[in-house]
Amino acid sequence: MIEVQHISKSFHDGIKVLDDVSTYFETGKTNLIIGQSGSGKTVLMKSVVGIHTVDAGSILYDGRDITKMKDNEKKHMHREIGMLFQGSALFDSLTVLENVMFPLEMFSKAPKDEIQQRARECLERVDLTRAIDLYPSEISGGMQKRAAIARAIVLNPKYLFCDEPNSGLDPKTSLMIDRLIQEITHEYNITTVINTHDMNSVMEIGENIVFIYKGVKEWQGNKDEIYETGCQPLEDLVFASNLYKKIKEAHFALRK
Amino acid sequence: MSAISRVGEYTLLMKRACALPDRWSMFFRQYTREIVNLGIDSILIDIIISIFIGAAITIQTKSNMSNPLLPKYVTGLAVRDCLLLEFSSSVMCVILAGKVGSSIASEIGSMKISEQIDALDIMGVNSANYLILPKIMAMITVIPSLIIISAASGIVGGFMIAEFTDIISLHEYVYGIQYSFNPFFITYSIIKGLVFAFIISSVSSYFGYSVKGGAREVGHASTQAVVNSSVIILVSNLLLTKVLL
Repeated sequence: MIEVQHISKSFHDGIKVLDDVSTYFETGKTNLIIGQSGSGKTVLMKSVVGIHTVDAGSILYDGRDITKMKDNEKKHMHREIGMLFQGSALFDSLTVLENVMFPLEMFSKAPKDEIQQRARECLERVDLTRAIDLYPSEISGGMQKRAAIARAIVLNPKYLFCDEPNSGLDPKTSLMIDRLIQEITHEYNITTVINTHDMNSVMEIGENIVFIYKGVKEWQGNKDEIYETGCQPLEDLVFASNLYKKIKEAHFALRK
Repeated sequence: MSAISRVGEYTLLMKRACALPDRWSMFFRQYTREIVNLGIDSILIDIIISIFIGAAITIQTKSNMSNPLLPKYVTGLAVRDCLLLEFSSSVMCVILAGKVGSSIASEIGSMKISEQIDALDIMGVNSANYLILPKIMAMITVIPSLIIISAASGIVGGFMIAEFTDIISLHEYVYGIQYSFNPFFITYSIIKGLVFAFIISSVSSYFGYSVKGGAREVGHASTQAVVNSSVIILVSNLLLTKVLL
């Protein structure tokens, strides 16, 4: 479990992007951070991962406070983290297979055959074996995301962070990526944190949802509780489209 | 950003970059790749420029040294010393700052904006060390060869003028090239080249690494890398010339 305790973060302009945020992300569940653009959700995720240094507060990874770690300790801690970036962030000069092998080559002392075998297993897990010899620029956005997921899980991470995993994908591929992330989370019992503003993802895999509004945590719950939150900014975000308004009406009609 | 902040940032980045590699096998893989990208791929342009400059220096020196009191070998001697002392080390490094520097800054800058550097950091890899150190070491390794090839090509350029035109006789040129040769000039040239190789690779890496924004900023960083490397090379050239000669 990751516990976030009273963190605040501001940048050079002095405006507080995160203001006393406390929350938790559960192990073996898909934890979603949602919010409007500019609400501070990306800063929250980057602060939790350690890309941003927080001004105040603590971030505990199974009791270990990352904000108090020295650079070397943080470097070792990062080996327990897998991250899927918004643009996939695959290395252009390496093939898909080499991208997935990269973390193992960097940190494992296993022979090359074993490294290649493990990378192939991960690519098989994300159903990408036919593209192993291609370069990132030669495959589609969805395939890039799957390759990035394979790279993120190749070291058996305890924590998986996904920044906007559905951005730029069609609804079908988007759903497939969501389900893949959820399956991997359950299969490997990982603490997965997903930063998204895709309402399909919220309704599909929202096992623990954290809503951030203007840098403050306004609500936390799961996808079944999202219909009656009493939080107007959240309802404005989730039920903004006619489709979701109708889903909400159907939900209440069914309950009656 | 002020110049002092930039120098501070550059120093901190170099401190991170010049640490021992996390994995030597990965370092050598990158190092070999960079030797090809930055060094071997520069040989052709190095030879072409040097041949033409060597030829041009020969024609100009001969046409401006028409005084009968000057010995005939002076043209060959001037070509050799111009190439060894200034052109093949300093001017060639300014040219390489354009070719190699922009390539380094745009490669690292593109990796920065596409979050590839963040990905390395999140994996627990020292991204500065993994990306920058092989480039610095590769440049330092290949620069002596590039300087020697450049000087040799320049001399060949002059030789071609002597061989194929009536401007200067081959005998006069060859005699001038060999006359009163001081081997320290080669050492001097290589010492300067090693310093300039570090400047080109490290300054360009710094500008690439500090990119924030998008494609426009990568282009801007690439230009800044070339301009700053060139200016620093010219200033260092003056200081090194004063110290070494």
